[in-house]
Amino acid sequence: MLDFPRWKVGSIIGLLVALCLLAVPSFLPESTTSKWGWIPHSRVNLGLDLAGGSYLLLEADTADLAATRIEAMRDSVAGTMRNGTPRIEIGDISTRGGQLTFLLRDPSQVDAARERLLAITGGGAGMSGQREWDINVVDTSRFVLKPTEAGLTQAIDTAMNDATEVVRRRIDELGTKEPTIVRQGATRIVVQVPGLKNPQALKDLLGKTAKLEFKLVDETANPADLVKGIAPIGSQVLPYPGNPQGVPFIAVKRSVIISGDQLADARQEFEPQTNAPQVAITFNAVGGRRFAKVTTENTGKPFAIILDNSVISAPNINEPILGGRASISGNFTVESANALAITLRSGKLPVALKTIAESTVSPDLGKDSIRAGVLASIVAALLVIVFMFVTYGRFGLYANLAVVINILVIVAVMAMLNATLTLPGIAGFVLTIGTAVDANVLINERIREERRRGRSVVQSVELGYKEASRTIFEANVTHAITGVIMLLLGSGPVKGFAVVLLIGICTSVFTAVTFTRMMVALWLRKNRPTTINI
Amino acid sequence: MRLLKLVPDNTNLKFVSLRKWAFGLTLLLSLLAAGLVVTKGLNMGVDFVGGVLIEEKFATAPSIDAVRTEVDRLGVGEASIQSFSDPKTLSIRLPVPAGDEGATNRLVKKVSDDLAVKFPGATFSKYDTISGKVSDELINKGLLAVGLAILGIALFAVVRFEWQFGVSTVVAIVHDLLMTLGFFALTQFEFDLNIVAAVLTIISYSINDKIVIDDRIRENMRRYRKMDMREIIDLSVNETLPRTVMTSVTILLALFAMLILGGHVLRGFTAAMILGIVVGTYSSIYVSSSLLITLGLRADPAPRKGGVQDGAERVGPKVER
Repeated sequence: MLDFPRWKVGSIIGLLVALCLLAVPSFLPESTTSKWGWIPHSRVNLGLDLAGGSYLLLEADTADLAATRIEAMRDSVAGTMRNGTPRIEIGDISTRGGQLTFLLRDPSQVDAARERLLAITGGGAGMSGQREWDINVVDTSRFVLKPTEAGLTQAIDTAMNDATEVVRRRIDELGTKEPTIVRQGATRIVVQVPGLKNPQALKDLLGKTAKLEFKLVDETANPADLVKGIAPIGSQVLPYPGNPQGVPFIAVKRSVIISGDQLADARQEFEPQTNAPQVAITFNAVGGRRFAKVTTENTGKPFAIILDNSVISAPNINEPILGGRASISGNFTVESANALAITLRSGKLPVALKTIAESTVSPDLGKDSIRAGVLASIVAALLVIVFMFVTYGRFGLYANLAVVINILVIVAVMAMLNATLTLPGIAGFVLTIGTAVDANVLINERIREERRRGRSVVQSVELGYKEASRTIFEANVTHAITGVIMLLLGSGPVKGFAVVLLIGICTSVFTAVTFTRMMVALWLRKNRPTTINI
Repeated sequence: MRLLKLVPDNTNLKFVSLRKWAFGLTLLLSLLAAGLVVTKGLNMGVDFVGGVLIEEKFATAPSIDAVRTEVDRLGVGEASIQSFSDPKTLSIRLPVPAGDEGATNRLVKKVSDDLAVKFPGATFSKYDTISGKVSDELINKGLLAVGLAILGIALFAVVRFEWQFGVSTVVAIVHDLLMTLGFFALTQFEFDLNIVAAVLTIISYSINDKIVIDDRIRENMRRYRKMDMREIIDLSVNETLPRTVMTSVTILLALFAMLILGGHVLRGFTAAMILGIVVGTYSSIYVSSSLLITLGLRADPAPRKGGVQDGAERVGPKVER
């Protein structure tokens, strides 16, 4: 028991001192720590409930993604059949019922058509080795293309990765500090932005897919049919809320002249004559060339600028646009034009996102919560310290020292792990203060017991530590089991609580058992008391 | 200096002999709690039922009725208004508005702006919106977490101790859970995700307590092989009583500091924990330990009759190891 070699004492004290120093930056304002280059800067992050800010849980609209995929396949089927040699005539193409069906005009071309389909559906085997589309032929010449589950899953995964990236770019444009954007599960993205005042702007920014397309207007369409949603063959009807001709619809050609993928830049600017806000866009080289070609061929005709399947404006092509630049005007305010520019710059979302849960905490409430939490922690610590001291005297003092060090060590470990402190985390702290002494209570009660049984001081202390250690171990394992479960299954507050609890379990066992034992041993060795007051 | 002793040395309370009464009382309370949960139900927070929760801080404590009239006038759906223990803060719960992405924000702004006009100095301090889909998931996950925690701990108890310890521990946890739920049904405090964290902590604290006593029972079973099980349990509970009381008191001290000073946000959470500590301590002594006898735990595979006096000595250097 009294055998505590010097190296052991040194390393325990060294470790604890180092950890306590690591905790220091978390207690100082950032402006102070940034001045000292030589100390570690890692500090405890404050959760949104303490710092104030917005939390959004976004979910991908997978039905929308599936529909988009089928639409895209329809275009590429039509293209490959028309443009290949020999040309394969198809008709009666439909995307209803979650599948793509079309009829071959000449049934003898079935095999040739199948060849081309295999080529555009990834040869039937994707990277995962699973088919992305099932291809079937019914009634000798009708093709049915059905997306497979595996293919869709793969597509969702890719889309979510891209979407997370786009969301990050958009939020970065807002200029908020330290946003967290994390993909969660198969179809969700968690966005946390500390200190944001206006969550609506954030949601507006994320709510747009920003799919930008330029298409030619179909002037042959009959206005009476437009209202009924009927468009000429090869065209489609799109909503056009600002149509100067009255009907809020317009017919446009299905084929896309140019899409947002070919954008190099987008900026908010003012229209020189009217000073109305508008968005200036610049195409990349390929896009610019294509835009020049189409505008040259169609001078005098109107084209439609389409954002998220709704027409913003449909200006006439007065002259060929050769510089690869264009501007979008509509009923913009400076803010909405700027928002559009940001969304266009950051690219289109491959899948529509919906906000399914949201939480916004004002920074004031956060400050109140911190103040209350810190005050409660200090008072709780003081009460426990006084209580331990009047109960166990010197041994209580050692336990108290262990508790204080324990608090610092938890802060240090949290800072090192970059863990986030939430309000329930503070509750975890207070609880840890309470339970951290439990180990020492077990030990000290055991020592009292052994003393009553008539053992010597050294023997009592030794047995006290030995017998209590087993109990402490067992009790803490069960504690840890619940902690791990909370960490794995919990969300938000539960998780924050579990983090503190788990770290607290590890550190409190070390400080309460090893550290106090060392203190007691050193004292016993020095003074050799024949009786102790416990 | 004379040190404080909450429990006098050599206490010898007859816990086991009271167990019939205790079982009766426990059963009665458990039934009452279950009845309350069924009839009154829990006041589920937006975490679990979905909805919009706006927390508004007023300059002076408003009358809840006045705020309710005001919110009703806006025609934004049926509002449920609650005050926290801080009378200046009210929580206003509304159904999630139908419509586009911005609908919720417009709702929050409408309510908040209106209240700021009617009650000068009122500011919004937070709001949460949870769709029904997410809340269902949160309920399922919460239930799964509690279930797994109980299972994991029971398994641990069975592996480290005897099966009887596992069973009695689970019974005691279910008792603690019922009591906590009954409390929430009775007071109609909001039951949200934080409370699930509290419940899990209660479980783990309560287990902590039981493991300490179980550990001592096992130790005494080995030490006094011929002692009657009732006496072993009485002895073990008495021996660990100072620790049980000390630890409960320290944790309660910490929790009361939290309850009084920790701000309104955590009040339900802390209240649940305080109740849990009290209930957990009770169930450690009266439910789980006493149940061990009913379950037929034996110190010796073949107990001899009349072997009670043998080795019953408690104090002194009699140790056979």
